[in-house]
Amino acid sequence: MSKSVEMMKTLTLSTALVVTAAFAFAQENPAPSREGGFGLGRTALPEEVAAWDIDIRPDGQGLPVGSGDVYTGEELYIDYCSACHGDFGEAVGRWPVLAGGFGTLDDEDPHKTIGSYWPYLSTVWDYVHRAMPYGAAQSLEDDEVYAIVAYLMYLNNMVEDDFELSNENFLEMAMPNEDAFFMDDRATTELTVFAGEPCMENCAESIEITARATVLNVTPETAEDASAAPEAMPVAAEAEVVETAAAEPEAPAGPDPELVAAGEALWRQCASCHQIGEGATNRTGPMLNNTYGAPVGSHEGFRYSPAFAEANAAGMVWDDEALSAYLLDPRGFIPGNRMAFRGLRSEDEAAAMIAYIRAEGGDAQ
Amino acid sequence: MTDSPKFSQSRRQFLAGAAVATGAAAAGKFAHAQAAGPDPAIMEMQPWQQYLGAGVDAAPYGVPSPHEAHVVRRNVEWLTADTVSSVNFTPLHELEGIITPNGLCFERHHSGVAEIDPGQHRLMINGLVDNPLVFTMEDLMRFPRENRTYFLECAANTGMEWRGSQLNGVQFTHGMIHNVVYTGVPLRLLLEEAGVRTSGSWILPEGADASGMTRSIPMEKALDDCMVATHMNGERLRPEQGYPLRLVVPGWEGNMWVKWLRRIEVGDAPWHHREETSKYTDLLADGQARRFTWEMDAKSVITNPSPQAPILHGPGPTVLTGVAWSGRGTIPRVDVTLDGGINWHRARMSGPSFDKSMHRFYFEFDWDGRPLLLQSRAHDSTGYVQPTKDQLREVRGLNSIYHNNGIQTWAINERGEAENVEVG
Repeated sequence: MSKSVEMMKTLTLSTALVVTAAFAFAQENPAPSREGGFGLGRTALPEEVAAWDIDIRPDGQGLPVGSGDVYTGEELYIDYCSACHGDFGEAVGRWPVLAGGFGTLDDEDPHKTIGSYWPYLSTVWDYVHRAMPYGAAQSLEDDEVYAIVAYLMYLNNMVEDDFELSNENFLEMAMPNEDAFFMDDRATTELTVFAGEPCMENCAESIEITARATVLNVTPETAEDASAAPEAMPVAAEAEVVETAAAEPEAPAGPDPELVAAGEALWRQCASCHQIGEGATNRTGPMLNNTYGAPVGSHEGFRYSPAFAEANAAGMVWDDEALSAYLLDPRGFIPGNRMAFRGLRSEDEAAAMIAYIRAEGGDAQ
Repeated sequence: MTDSPKFSQSRRQFLAGAAVATGAAAAGKFAHAQAAGPDPAIMEMQPWQQYLGAGVDAAPYGVPSPHEAHVVRRNVEWLTADTVSSVNFTPLHELEGIITPNGLCFERHHSGVAEIDPGQHRLMINGLVDNPLVFTMEDLMRFPRENRTYFLECAANTGMEWRGSQLNGVQFTHGMIHNVVYTGVPLRLLLEEAGVRTSGSWILPEGADASGMTRSIPMEKALDDCMVATHMNGERLRPEQGYPLRLVVPGWEGNMWVKWLRRIEVGDAPWHHREETSKYTDLLADGQARRFTWEMDAKSVITNPSPQAPILHGPGPTVLTGVAWSGRGTIPRVDVTLDGGINWHRARMSGPSFDKSMHRFYFEFDWDGRPLLLQSRAHDSTGYVQPTKDQLREVRGLNSIYHNNGIQTWAINERGEAENVEVG
C-alpha cells in the first residue's frame, strides 16, 4: 500500500511538469465533450468481457482457478518452449534467457531472467498465457499455464521438483528481485542537474576521440545501395506485368494455382516456425523443403521430439494421407510431438497447404 | 580512418574565418567555378525531354522516384532472433522537415504485423467503468476528432550506444523515431462515454496482435492528451503502425503506444506486465532498476552530415542539419559544435514547433576541408539541456539500455567521411 502511495506522489510531480510544459501550447479547439455522453457504441456483454479480459495483476486479480506441477510443466515446456528458450531456460540464439543470472544485475554483463530480474510471478503467468507459445498465442489451457510457470520457478531454484502451483498458493510466491524496482526518479536525479545555461565558448582545453564505431564493424552495409537501387524498381514493375499476362491463358499441368494460392494464404500460420523454398533453414520448426514423400522426421540438423523419432523408426512417410491427418490434428496424429499448432480447420485447407508446400519445393528429391 | 586529430582552442580562428568568408560570399566576391567544356546534361537530349511519360493512373498509389529506392527502413539482423519480434530504423539522414513519410516510419513488432479486417475490429472499454462498452470503427468515426503532430520514439533508441560508439549511421543510432500528424479521438471522450469510476486510476490498453501487447498508463495521462488514432499523415494507419487503431501517448516511450488497439481496461493499480517489468525498466549500476520511466528526455542528433551522408562536395558552403525533440514540451533552441564541444553556436530552427513533436534545425558554415567533430545539444521548453553521454553514465551506469539521450558525436575527416565516435 505504502509503495503505491509513494508512486502516486512521484506521479503527481511528473504530471505537474507536463502541465507546465503544455501551458504555452494551449491547444486550439479541443474536441468537445458532451454532457451525458454521445450514446455511441453498445454495452459490452459479460461473456464478451470475459473472453477478452485475460490480464492478471500482482494482487491476483484476474487469476483463474487451476493448478499445475513441475513435472507436467517440464513436459509442456519441452514441447512448446524449449525450441527457442532451451531445455533449461538457457535460450537458443538470441531468444530470451529464462533462468539463472542470480547476483549478476550489478555486473558488467547482467543476466535479466525471470528468476534474477522479474519482480512479480503474475507477470510470468499473464505473459505465458497471453503471448506464448510463440506463433500459437493463447492456445494453452489454464492448468497448462500453471504447470509451465511452476517449471519456470523450478528452473530458477525457487521451488523443489514436487511443487504444484495453483490459484490457492499463487500469492504466497514472492520473486527474489521484487524490491529492487523503484519509481522513476529523474525529476530529482536528472532534470535539475541537466539544466541551466551551458558553456558556449572555450569549454575545454582540447578534445580527443576516445571511441570509434568502425573499430567494431557491426553496421549493416549501406554504401553500395545508391548505385544498385535505381535499376531495381523498373525491373520489379516489368515482372508484375509479365506475371499478369502469363496467368490468363493456360493453366500448366503442375499443381492447381488456386489451391496453391489458398495454401499460401494459410502458410502465415506456419511461417512463424517453418521456412520453405530457396535458402530455407531449420528454425523453431524444421525447414520443409524435401518433405513430401520423405520419411517423417528426416531433416538433418533438426532436433525432433522422441515422438517423431519413433514415427521415423516405424517407417512413417509424409504422403498425402499422413500429411493431411497431421495438419488437421497435429497432437492427435503424432501424440507427444512438439509442434505448437492446433491444426487446420478442414480437409480443403489441408489439401491447399500440401499443394503450397509441394509448389514451393516440398517434394522429396 | 586512423588519424586522431587533436581539437584545441586554436580551432576558434578557423571558425571566425568561416564567418568572414560567408560575409564575403554574400557580397558576391567569390568566383564561380568554370566548366571545362559543355555539359552533356545540357547538350544532349534526355529521353524524358523527347518521349511521352506514363499517364495518370500508372501508379494509382504513388511511389517515390526509382532514384530514391535506397531510401528505406533498415534492420540490423544481429540485434534480434527473428524479424517477427524485431525493429527496423527510419532513414533520418534521407529526410527533411519534420514529418516522417508513412512508409519510412520505423517498425517494432513483438509478434509480427497483425493484418486486421477493420469490419471485424472492436474496441472494448471495461473494468472500473459504469458502463462497459464495445465500439466498431464506424462508432469511433462519429466521435469528435483532433489532429496532432507528435514524435514517437522507442525507449531503446540509441540503446546500442551505452557502452560506446557501436553502429555507424544515424539511421541505426537514432532511427527508432518517427514524427506524424495523427487524426483521432481524444481518449478522454471514450473514457467519459464509459464513465470512469472514482477508483479508476490506471488504464491498461491491449493490442489485438499475437503478442497481446499491454502497458499500464496512469489515468491523469489518459485524460490529458492521449488519443485513439485512426489516421497518420492524412491516410489510414499503415498495418505495421497498428491499423486500424492505435493509442497515441504523446511524449512517452513508444512501447506504450499500443498498436492494433482492441481493449482498454480501467483499474485501480498498475498491472506490472512484461513490457513494464522485464523490459522497459532501466537497470542502474547498483542492480536497482527504475520503473515507469515514461517520458522521453530531450534529445537531438545531426542527420547530415553523418556516416551514411558524408560531405561529398569538398570545402566551401556546407549545410548541417538535424532534428530535436522532447517528451516534455517544445525545442526552442539547439546548439551545435564543429570542434567536439570547445565552442558552440546556436543553430537556426526552421519549421513548425509543436508540443512533443520533432523540430528541425540548420547550421550553415564554410567547411575548410579539415577534420570536424560535430555535435548538437537540445534545450527544451522546461529548461532541460541534453546531457553528454558521460553525464548520463554517471547517473545510470552502462546497463540501462533504454532512454539514452546523450549527445552524439560524428567525426568528419578530410575526405568528408563521417564516423560515429565518442570524445573526451
